[in-house]
Amino acid sequence: MIRVVLPAHLKMHANVNGEVELEVDGAVTQRTVLDALERSYPVLQGAIRDYSTQRRRPFLRFFACERDLSHESPDAPLPDAVANGAQPFLIVGALAGG
Amino acid sequence: MSGVRILVGTRKGAFILESDGARKQWDIGGPYFAGWEIYHIKGSPVAPDRIYVSQSSSWFGQQIQRSSDGGESWEPVGNNFAYDGVPGTHQWYDGTPHPWEFKRVWHLEPSLTDYDAVYAGVEDAALFHTTNGGKSWQELSGLRGHGSGPQWQPGAGGMCLHTILLDPLDPKRMFIAISAAGAFRTDNGGETWRPINKGLKSEYIPDPTADVGHCVHRLALHPSRPNVLFMQKHWDVMRSNDAGDSWHEVSGNLPTDFGFVIDVHAHEPDTIYVVPIKSDSEHFPPDGQLRVWRSRTGGNEWEPLTKGLPQANCYVNVLRDAMAVDSLDSCGIYFGTTGGQVYASADGGDTWSAIVRDLPPVLSVEAQTLK
Repeated sequence: MIRVVLPAHLKMHANVNGEVELEVDGAVTQRTVLDALERSYPVLQGAIRDYSTQRRRPFLRFFACERDLSHESPDAPLPDAVANGAQPFLIVGALAGG
Repeated sequence: MSGVRILVGTRKGAFILESDGARKQWDIGGPYFAGWEIYHIKGSPVAPDRIYVSQSSSWFGQQIQRSSDGGESWEPVGNNFAYDGVPGTHQWYDGTPHPWEFKRVWHLEPSLTDYDAVYAGVEDAALFHTTNGGKSWQELSGLRGHGSGPQWQPGAGGMCLHTILLDPLDPKRMFIAISAAGAFRTDNGGETWRPINKGLKSEYIPDPTADVGHCVHRLALHPSRPNVLFMQKHWDVMRSNDAGDSWHEVSGNLPTDFGFVIDVHAHEPDTIYVVPIKSDSEHFPPDGQLRVWRSRTGGNEWEPLTKGLPQANCYVNVLRDAMAVDSLDSCGIYFGTTGGQVYASADGGDTWSAIVRDLPPVLSVEAQTLK
């Protein structure tokens, strides 16, 4: 079970409270986690990754285990603590706009 | 009993203001989609309880919401605005080629006949269409591909398609405007387009009378006479009597002819309204006095409307989609400001009062007349 924490605006948009829990088959990567998230919550398509490029939207960051994973390959394995559910995968709105 | 519903888009959410036909007491609903930028919210003229919302964010991209019960509940619908084919390039601010990139939906224009059909004007400038209530969107690429697209360039607010006018007498005819490309018309339902900018003169572009490149801020028409168009350009208020084939200036005695909004009285096709703004660098009314100017002669002769509007120390702006009219017997005029006020006049502009004063900066105002 993978735990994902959404920023407040996307919690409101997807109508969720607290963490999202997902099942991911196979390798646990940014791509497979986000694919699973969008399957469970189709309204998040385009809100985290650009529709056309599937790249992280520029004002969003991915954190886990006190590390910034935003610039890791989307196909790189996420930390074991994320893969086994000990730690959440955090989707964070960048501090932009004052 | 008749009533009015005012749909307000702001930098931090949507608001719905409702009143009966007297338009004296107002109920304020919202914020809806709190924290998101609402560039536009507009209801279907066929089914007024069907309302479409452009909800966007620099962080989380574009969303489209719709309501089928007048704003009591909402559902997100399709938000994939994919350009048709290889998008190509337009001009960047420095004149270099820049790839077309979707940023947001500026304007939603529901069909005059089908509540599931809507046009969407987007940044970077293009026109999209849905026929299934917003579930999916297709580009009408004849506009962007008609030939002059590589010469278009963004205005200060981005390269946006901000105005969509549907001709109520000819379902195949439509007018749109882009900052900073100009005005365009289709006569075949959006398949092909041509620029309609003859007569415009813009000193800030290399060829002031070029076919494209003009920073048109807003177009307006009266539904009974759609061949007559009014335009607030970056500078200049313009009029066309031939569906945009040619334009002539009608700024007349306005204190400044810079501005964003322009609209037409619901029952008097030659009564038009603008809000003059001091200049393109000083986006506030001249002398700190917020004045709507009305012409009853289709332009050239203007009178200031001040009763109920602040006449000192007022430095707000009124953005291009932030004025609307209702169609009650005594025509109501509404506009919103970047200071968060929404002003209303129930007597065609003679007197004004603020419905609400402290909203986030207002991006758009639409009026629905409810039977």
